[in-house]
Amino acid sequence: MTALHDVSLSVPAGGIVTMLGANGAGKSTLLRAVSGTLPLHSGSASGGRVAFGGVTLTGRPAADVVAAGVVQVPEGRRVFAGLSVADNLKAGRLGVRARGREDARRATAEVYELFPVLAERRGQAAGLLSGGEQQMLAIGRALMARPRLLLLDEPSLGLAPLVVARIAEVVRHINAQGTGVLLVEQNAALALELADHAYVLDVGRIRLEGPAAELSRSDEVRRLYLGERPEGDDEPTSDDEETASVAPLGRWSR
Amino acid sequence: MNTLAQTLFNGMALGSVYALVALGFCLVFKASGAVNFAHGSLLLLGGYLVAVLHEPLGFAGALAVAAAGTAAAAAVEALVLRRVARANGPAVPTILTIGVDILLLTELARRIGGDVLGTGDPWGAEVLTIGGVTVAQARFYSLLAAALLVGAFLAAFRWTGWGLSMRAYSSDAEAAALMGVRGDRLRMSAWLLAGALAAVAAVFLAAFPGTGIDRTTGQIALAAFPAAVLGGLGSVGGALLGSVVVGMAEALATGYQQQLSGLGSGLAEVVPYAVMVLILIVRPQGLLGAKESTRV
Repeated sequence: MTALHDVSLSVPAGGIVTMLGANGAGKSTLLRAVSGTLPLHSGSASGGRVAFGGVTLTGRPAADVVAAGVVQVPEGRRVFAGLSVADNLKAGRLGVRARGREDARRATAEVYELFPVLAERRGQAAGLLSGGEQQMLAIGRALMARPRLLLLDEPSLGLAPLVVARIAEVVRHINAQGTGVLLVEQNAALALELADHAYVLDVGRIRLEGPAAELSRSDEVRRLYLGERPEGDDEPTSDDEETASVAPLGRWSR
Repeated sequence: MNTLAQTLFNGMALGSVYALVALGFCLVFKASGAVNFAHGSLLLLGGYLVAVLHEPLGFAGALAVAAAGTAAAAAVEALVLRRVARANGPAVPTILTIGVDILLLTELARRIGGDVLGTGDPWGAEVLTIGGVTVAQARFYSLLAAALLVGAFLAAFRWTGWGLSMRAYSSDAEAAALMGVRGDRLRMSAWLLAGALAAVAAVFLAAFPGTGIDRTTGQIALAAFPAAVLGGLGSVGGALLGSVVVGMAEALATGYQQQLSGLGSGLAEVVPYAVMVLILIVRPQGLLGAKESTRV
């Protein structure tokens, strides 16, 4: 079965790009093609090209993709449940060659500063953290490798609205440090608010693309992904309310 | 009293040899998700190589070559399994190991025939007397060697990047791949290590009061299989604990043979499996098997 046809997508350096789409649209397949994990799902790319900077990543094993600076936070967090929080973070550096202990220490300190709750629980088994904390750990683990492009697969899935708002804050913070972000989301309101540019994937094809602000005003997106009625009022209430609901938190605490 | 002390020592010594074998089972299971039924034959291969090579190379040289050769054989097996592993789930590779076992065992049995081969180990039939307890020197050294090897392994498992990769990979292979862990290399390293440990275990199984390598040495080593299972397959600590339990049980059954004669002779060979069944009835996940520690 072919999940994707002629999908072309680019993330500018240091930008936030989002890809929207319903279940089965091919979002996960696309991320797997980028991160080199298609073979783990008995899949393969029969054509096309994946490149980052000047480096071609098509068909390369996942470890090469990580080494090139592209790190994925998997859907469903996928923390190493039996390992401690600290070991999970260390595992985030398994794909990093060279760059010594000093850099590892700095990266750990930065992650703990971004997520103080992880520092408090560094000795606990990751499987015992709450869903939100596990998502923080999954993001922190990926940041340990100091990626230049972070792939986020459904980071808001199954989390309470308040936690989602904080994750949005974290994504902004990470991006402000110069890391590019490709955000795959079903939560279109969140994604369009965070991103500069958006793509809408539908059954393996790109259906719409454009600046996120523009797409969030388009009738089709509002109807299909923001849950608005077609004949609904045109006041931009939805957007404003969403923005207001994001608490201006500097960092995640609990 | 002396019988008890002697029996306990023998149990520990036997358990330590089983630990080397059970650790191999456990590592391979963690890495490939398959139970390697060919492990006993790999062990026999290691013993056979030492027996054949100790005259030209000396014992230490022969052991080194045998460890490397057995590791290589394990690696070849891993490559064969890899081709079927991904598409078919864990059952097919496990069945494939039975096929590998039959091939390897048949060829080794053909070469060994009815002989009992010496390994040229340096301990011979010497005994040590420690505090009034007489024990075979080979058993003392097997305990020492196993303690060193297992200790080194545990330290690496806990503190090195390789160990962390291993733990992360066996927890969630895809997430580990996304962190840059190279699964193929990691799997291979586990099989290589399992093979090398099996060769070392073969030497100690053959040493006094054992009689040498014969075609059934691989089957004796399979007592390490219930050890790995009753400890909780896939748990390193469980494999080690299970090995001690099985070694002790076997030594007690041997040491108190006369008192247990009502159960018939040869109890020692059955006891590892009996202990496994009893423990699994009480704790189906094994002594230290994976407890669910996920909060939903």
